[in-house]
Amino acid sequence: MTRPCLATGARLRYDEVREEHLLLVPEGAVRLNRTAAEVLELCDGERSLDEIVGALSVRYARADLRDDVRRVVDAMAARGLVVDAAA
Amino acid sequence: MRQHRPSTLIAELSYQCPLHCPYCSNPLDIGGEKYRRELETEHWIRTFREARRLGVLQLALTGGEPMLRGDLVELCAASRDAGLYSSLITAGTLFTRERAEALKSAGLDHVQISIQSPNADENDRIAGNRSFEKKIAAARLAKQLDFALTINCVLHRQNLDRIAEVLDLALELGAQRLELANTQYYGWAVANQEALLPSPKQLRRAEEAVQRFRERVGPKVDVLWVLPDFYEDLPKPCMGGWGRTAMVVAPNGDVLPCHAAATIPGLEFANVREHPLEWIWSSSDAFVRFRGTDWMQEPCRTCPLGRQEVDWGGCRCQALRLTGDAAATDPVCRFSRHHDRVISARESAQTDEFVYRTMKRPVRN
Repeated sequence: MTRPCLATGARLRYDEVREEHLLLVPEGAVRLNRTAAEVLELCDGERSLDEIVGALSVRYARADLRDDVRRVVDAMAARGLVVDAAA
Repeated sequence: MRQHRPSTLIAELSYQCPLHCPYCSNPLDIGGEKYRRELETEHWIRTFREARRLGVLQLALTGGEPMLRGDLVELCAASRDAGLYSSLITAGTLFTRERAEALKSAGLDHVQISIQSPNADENDRIAGNRSFEKKIAAARLAKQLDFALTINCVLHRQNLDRIAEVLDLALELGAQRLELANTQYYGWAVANQEALLPSPKQLRRAEEAVQRFRERVGPKVDVLWVLPDFYEDLPKPCMGGWGRTAMVVAPNGDVLPCHAAATIPGLEFANVREHPLEWIWSSSDAFVRFRGTDWMQEPCRTCPLGRQEVDWGGCRCQALRLTGDAAATDPVCRFSRHHDRVISARESAQTDEFVYRTMKRPVRN
């Protein structure tokens, strides 16, 4: 995965009614924890995986979030919800 | 029990349709007086806003053919403003470039196009209308305009053997999703049951083809495969449970817990012209009647598998049709004392002759 981006039609949204982060997809919704929502927000097809890790590490002043980012991106890619913009 | 919030609003904008599919889930009396007065634009817009406040996330714009509504672009914009994710469920024959571009600008998220068969002649025969080429053009256009694209094919014994072609066509068209919906027997499908029920052999072969495709193609195309009820021996949680996840608004504004609920005599449907959606969801007769588990009879009441909150008693309309009692256990269930009726329907005589969906009630029943 070089430059991850959300699949066509997938849209991030915070649901004020249920107070949770969601990835809305055709006829469905994937419930996200805050970390997953923040990772997916950065999956814009421009940033590389390293850049996403970097951006989040700065935000949380933590050394390495690589494993967290990879876990989110891989899980979403396995469901076809994140694709590689470079592919 | 905590009351669930709905996540889906199914907006049946109009029962008019250029196609005549013999398995249409619309009521048999679509041409009747009851549905003549369709909701106005402002009713729908208010309904979308109320739906979002109630927790709805997904809006399905369907029909009939929703593209026959002249205000569709306006409705898509209202859906986006309300914060809903919108899907257009269309036959595709009216999906012209000009309208498709306007829908895209208005914020429509997802387009679902039906095909009746991957073979042009067979598609047109089943649809009762020359439509295949237009559908393919519509799918290509949706892809070109970067809509999320689902191809839907309702399956039955007259097209099930072409399933490998359906799968390949969806892949070739670049669909992200393929809905392979085995016919459910309500609406017009009941009038055509004998011409539509597949053989167990056909279903087994189709299931194998789906499996092979999934292994070959991976997550690029999400294939939804739903086995027909008649071949199960435990019921499905119809609509995710009665009054639990979805609301259907008919063209005249009546709000139903499922597409076919109007077939249940004695249910009173509240109308969005007269009542707020929140009240309809929480308190109207139609939504309260079979919600939860308190209404259940035996064998559901003491289900040996403890499935009361798994399948919610199955389908009310099917229970009514096969047992005469809408509050009975869905006879698909092997514990139902009417389960033999499902087995005999499965084995019933078959014909290839269709009763086409029209605005007139069918003669055969």
